[in-house]
Amino acid sequence: MSAIAERSKPSDHKPVLPEFTPLERAIINRLQYGLPLTRTPYKDVADELGVSEVTLLKHLQALLDNGTLTRFGPMFHAGEMGGGLTLAAMRIPEQDFANVTEQVNSFPEVAHNYRREHELNMWFVLATETPEGIDETIKRIESLTGYPVYNMPKEQEFHVHLHFEV
Amino acid sequence: MSTFTSKSDSVLSARDRELIVATQSGLPLVSDPWAELGKQLDMPADEVLTRFQRMQATGVIRRVAAVPDHYRLGFRFNGMTVWDVSDDAIAELGEKIGCLPFVSHCYRRPRHLPYWSYNLFAMVHGVSRDEVEHKAAQIREVLGDACTGQTILYSSAILKKTGLRLKKQTDKQ
Repeated sequence: MSAIAERSKPSDHKPVLPEFTPLERAIINRLQYGLPLTRTPYKDVADELGVSEVTLLKHLQALLDNGTLTRFGPMFHAGEMGGGLTLAAMRIPEQDFANVTEQVNSFPEVAHNYRREHELNMWFVLATETPEGIDETIKRIESLTGYPVYNMPKEQEFHVHLHFEV
Repeated sequence: MSTFTSKSDSVLSARDRELIVATQSGLPLVSDPWAELGKQLDMPADEVLTRFQRMQATGVIRRVAAVPDHYRLGFRFNGMTVWDVSDDAIAELGEKIGCLPFVSHCYRRPRHLPYWSYNLFAMVHGVSRDEVEHKAAQIREVLGDACTGQTILYSSAILKKTGLRLKKQTDKQ
């Protein structure tokens, strides 16, 4: 079964767990915590995992190539970069959903966009170069789509530690 | 010269910005990534590393890390659990929810009455809907009487996922 088919037909009854080698698991788990910022970062992680640097780099590249990892690199904190960042939601009738998705996604300020099962059915993250850019972008999305955008900026951050143990 | 002043009073210089633009799609997978970037940007390798260390220390960079496709790892159920928590209690309870090991992001956000009464968001991932619901029940227990409403929004499709991107700055403004 392809990953796409799995996504469109999720089943609660038999979760399909992918097969990873012990080394792949170790790399996925270790590198989500972050590369040490040392003079020889890959070698230091390779030493920790008991493999050669070449082996680590080869496996890391393969995990990126096959889509297991979407990215390996710096994770930026947009708020600390002086820009604007928010979560926003919209309520879009089914008959307009595909059209509005295309309109919303056409904005480069839209970093992620998810469909969710709720009356508010479209949820996206907006990232702008300046804090003022958020309100301005929301106005442009409302005027292009004709639907209101509910702005839900974070008022307080309690914790962020996205980590998937495999 | 183009600079960004961050909340923590650090300054993202034009050179830092060049490093961000050069690595936002990924860090070079070579033995010496700092030298590789230095070659691209005409900067000594040690300076590249020092700038990365400083950006991480000031919080501009959370970390240099692998970002998995959680679907590919088997975590196919991504539940945004949302809670209506009394304003008096949310600061203290939010901290507690954020400390639960299975909560990946936890934020306080504004209500939009009458459509949206939830002010605490906690993201939970699982290999099944049951697992997400079991985790949500543990959150419910911590919140207790301070919580008067809740729901879970599952994602049914990723419509876009490009991550945060800075544009290349060609003009100095």
